[in-house]
Amino acid sequence: MEAIVLKYEISPDDFTRAGEASSDVKNKLKQMGVAPEAVRKVAIAMYEGEINMVIHAKGGEITVTITPEKIVMELADVGPGIPDVELAMQAGYSTAPDEIRSLGFGAGMGLPNMKKYSDDMKIDTEVGVGTTITMVVNL
Amino acid sequence: MTVQELIDGKEYEVLNPGEDTGRRIETVFCCDLLSVAMGKAPADCAWVTVMGNMNTLAVAVLTEAACVILAEGTVLDETALKKAGEQGITVLRTEAPVFETAMEIYKML
Repeated sequence: MEAIVLKYEISPDDFTRAGEASSDVKNKLKQMGVAPEAVRKVAIAMYEGEINMVIHAKGGEITVTITPEKIVMELADVGPGIPDVELAMQAGYSTAPDEIRSLGFGAGMGLPNMKKYSDDMKIDTEVGVGTTITMVVNL
Repeated sequence: MTVQELIDGKEYEVLNPGEDTGRRIETVFCCDLLSVAMGKAPADCAWVTVMGNMNTLAVAVLTEAACVILAEGTVLDETALKKAGEQGITVLRTEAPVFETAMEIYKML
């Protein structure tokens, strides 16, 4: 089987639409007959990433590559970058603004959840340039 | 207990009946912080919360919650209600507090 590639533009500051890309991927994976637990992992990991891109990075682009062995999600933005990745990975550490917190987000669980629900996660980030996060869920 | 059986019990106001009402509720989950719910809500749970916005619904869909029960008389705003309809998510509502609601549903499982 050839790899299937899905691409999504994530618009900035649009909280009502955040999650649409993840929902679309979820539905497509379901239709392809991917195991439900893997679908759930991809959906959660990608949604957290999508939300982060909306909150912190003025949107960006998500590329999802599906092969028989694994699903690779690449989330690329040209946002502010993460100055201290180790600190950002700590559960509870957050730089989200108050209006995001009032929606029930911004509790500093995004990156930890992404790590928890993916089998492999890599963060490439440079302050002032942007961040690319690659997450893999094995099938 | 299935989602339909929970609806048929008439204990809760139905804000949106949803599409997949034949699915079984396996457990009950309580949390209002969506960041935490995202990582912790078990699939097929009845999720009791006081957070009634669009993002609650997105989290419910992505974590595969069986249904959402809004406690403490929480309402869904119009946009969220529309989304619940579009996505076929079962959303119920009650005036009772979170703990009582969760316990009541847990006893019915």
